[in-house]
Amino acid sequence: MPTEILMPALSPTMEEGNLSKWIKKEGDAVAPGDVIAEIETDKATMEVEAVDEGTLGKILIAEGTEGVKVNTAIALLLTEGESEADLDKAASKPTAEASDEANDDAEQDEPEDKAGGSVPAAPEVKAAADPDIPEGTEMVSTTVREALRDAMAEEMRRDGDVFVMGEEVAEYQGAYKVTQGLLQEFGDKRVVDTPITEHGFAGVGVGAAFAGLKPIVEFMTFNFAMQAIDQIVNSAAKTLYMAGGQMGAPIVFRGPNGAAARVAAQHSQCYAAWYGHIPGLKVVMPYTAADAKGLLKAAIRDPNPVIFLENEILYGQSFDVPKMDDFVLPIGKARIHKEGKDATIVSFGIGMTYAVKAAEELAGEGIDVEVIDLRTIRPMDLDTVIASVKKTNRLVTVEEGFPQSSVGAHIASQVMQRAFDYLDAPVITVAGKDVPMPYAANLEKLALPSVAEVVEAVKAVSYRS
Amino acid sequence: MARAASKTSAARSRSTKKGAAGAAVQAPKPPKPEDFDKEQELHAYREMLLIRRFEEKAGQLYGMGLIGGFCHLYIGQEAVVVGMQMSMNDGDQVITGYRDHGHMLATGMEARGVMAELTGRRNGYSKGKGGSMHMFSKEKKFYGGHGIVGAQVPLGTGLAFANRYRGDDSVSITYFGDGAANQGQVYESFNMASLWKLPVVYIIENNRYAMGTAVARSSAETDFSHRGLSFKIPGIQVDGMDVRAVKAAGDLAVDWCRSGKGPIILEMQTYRYRGHSMSDPAKYRSKDEVQKMRSEHDPIEQVKQRLVANKWADEDELKAIDKEVREIVGDSAEFAQTDPEPDVSELYTDILL
Repeated sequence: MPTEILMPALSPTMEEGNLSKWIKKEGDAVAPGDVIAEIETDKATMEVEAVDEGTLGKILIAEGTEGVKVNTAIALLLTEGESEADLDKAASKPTAEASDEANDDAEQDEPEDKAGGSVPAAPEVKAAADPDIPEGTEMVSTTVREALRDAMAEEMRRDGDVFVMGEEVAEYQGAYKVTQGLLQEFGDKRVVDTPITEHGFAGVGVGAAFAGLKPIVEFMTFNFAMQAIDQIVNSAAKTLYMAGGQMGAPIVFRGPNGAAARVAAQHSQCYAAWYGHIPGLKVVMPYTAADAKGLLKAAIRDPNPVIFLENEILYGQSFDVPKMDDFVLPIGKARIHKEGKDATIVSFGIGMTYAVKAAEELAGEGIDVEVIDLRTIRPMDLDTVIASVKKTNRLVTVEEGFPQSSVGAHIASQVMQRAFDYLDAPVITVAGKDVPMPYAANLEKLALPSVAEVVEAVKAVSYRS
Repeated sequence: MARAASKTSAARSRSTKKGAAGAAVQAPKPPKPEDFDKEQELHAYREMLLIRRFEEKAGQLYGMGLIGGFCHLYIGQEAVVVGMQMSMNDGDQVITGYRDHGHMLATGMEARGVMAELTGRRNGYSKGKGGSMHMFSKEKKFYGGHGIVGAQVPLGTGLAFANRYRGDDSVSITYFGDGAANQGQVYESFNMASLWKLPVVYIIENNRYAMGTAVARSSAETDFSHRGLSFKIPGIQVDGMDVRAVKAAGDLAVDWCRSGKGPIILEMQTYRYRGHSMSDPAKYRSKDEVQKMRSEHDPIEQVKQRLVANKWADEDELKAIDKEVREIVGDSAEFAQTDPEPDVSELYTDILL
């Protein structure tokens, strides 16, 4: 059977083109790579190259023909051992066949595809419950900073593949002292000072993770990680999927996130919603020292890329941490910080400071608020939120990030879709103001959420304002 | 740029980081290509021919609408990956950008799996979820296949970091093009690789055009072997159309890395015959230029002529190789068209472990 040479598509959107010129004539010998014809589309003139060796047996579409459909047979090629006699046999029906084929292909492009599948349901993610803390476990008052350090040190002792890299993590002992003492205990092979080169060392970390190491990449702040966000999103988050599960990046990106104090617009931004948007990432944002420790240990052990969002202001705050050999918390599980029955506040990270104070204030006015610390932004424990809403029928979210497409906005939409009938009032999302962070002290204060705003929001959803 | 220094940060005195300072690295002399023996010539011929025929077939399937999206062909550049592969040890890693089909075949990945990935089928290397630009093989130490220009350079540097961390003697072979060579993250990587003496061979495949922009129109320094100079990384220019020259430079470079001297750059001067991608009409260069490269410098033709001149293979034997390669490619194309698309359940798999 002679080989059909088909009208090629030059792009996925091309449907037809003009056959402007035949370079080879009937009877010419052709080798792979030889230009045999020129075709023309509205965008370009392109050369058609031969793929197989043989003799151009018959030209089926004359030069100058316009509107030749993609995949129409334009010529027949005789390969070794074939003669013109074979040509006659095959040539009786090529055009009809070709047009059928073209139609078949057009049909394949229809959305109701041959796979015949409707969109499968997204898998449900169920996080394990927090581990039991045995009766009588000693609770040690620990700063968030120490808790994070302890988590890294414990995991580095446990697993030689874990190392920490970043700016000033070693000899300087950490720009915010989170890595204090790690160099002394683990040496400069495992505690690696990098140049100021976020995009580069984020990528180096991901590459090391591809090779099976378990890097902890510290960003001096997540504001600087914007230089590295391509490596985080395109390389770390997507590779497992793009590799069909063959390889991924067991890596932790951590560092302070969000507004500190008086450092203005470029140094004061919350990335919870940004990273929360990306499939392939886990995003953790703890509030208490115990959560910081247990979740960072979990993040380091997790085989996936984890974004671990800390906060400079929280670093120095102390919380009780259970004294246990191996205190690991589940990623993806919210924590009910305070039970209540009248309204629910959901927050995370430093947002919890507003939530907790507002709840105390409201208790004095007879409103019993349930406060949920989300702890993990992705995967998000909406079940815990919805269970609470079903009980209190009122919801306020609190975060420092910008209001549009915020974490709170996502929670509100999910609650509306899954628990609309349980809501006695519209959800209110308390967030940072829709402005770059100002430097002036008074304006900065206004740009951030306040306890008063949270109190007011809870009263509003309770119709008691 | 204000680097936040918290109130808790104490000042400290600077100490010199060991290994960071030192005299400029003496660039090794470009090696003279050694003649291949019969076995090497035949191996190089077959491997390059496989890539060429595979790419021609991929171009054809693209034309038939069976391959979607972007498809960047490697035709013309075959000697680079084949010569380098002949210099490498089993544990050495390969990583590259989006013009990656040749690299995959050179590492020994199956033509079927690569072609089926191009057509988006379930037995493609990435189960059909990666496509032309995003393919991997853990088994063959092929770390992608990356669609973002230059992103593979820090990643490849990270592979080398892991080699050094583990104390094994593997080398990361990190490929990128003359276009990617102008990305900032390349130089961030050079700095760290040199600072930490990482075993990485940076291969700049200079095919003269970053998409449609000629090197001289995009690059202040067009000698890419000099691109590492301010990081004390030596570089060598190599005739990337001559597989013997590539192997000689590759041997030198991997030895350089394995002996603990840190990174090295090889600028492979090569040429792509086809457009940047399938939809590139290549109006930025003349047909004569392409034709001259094809007729005078073709990497496969060079080997073929030597095989014939040395009487190491006659026309029939070469035809037999051609036939074998054609069968592999034909089989891969057949497979890539009959293999089913991924099951719809795969939509939600491989996102998290």
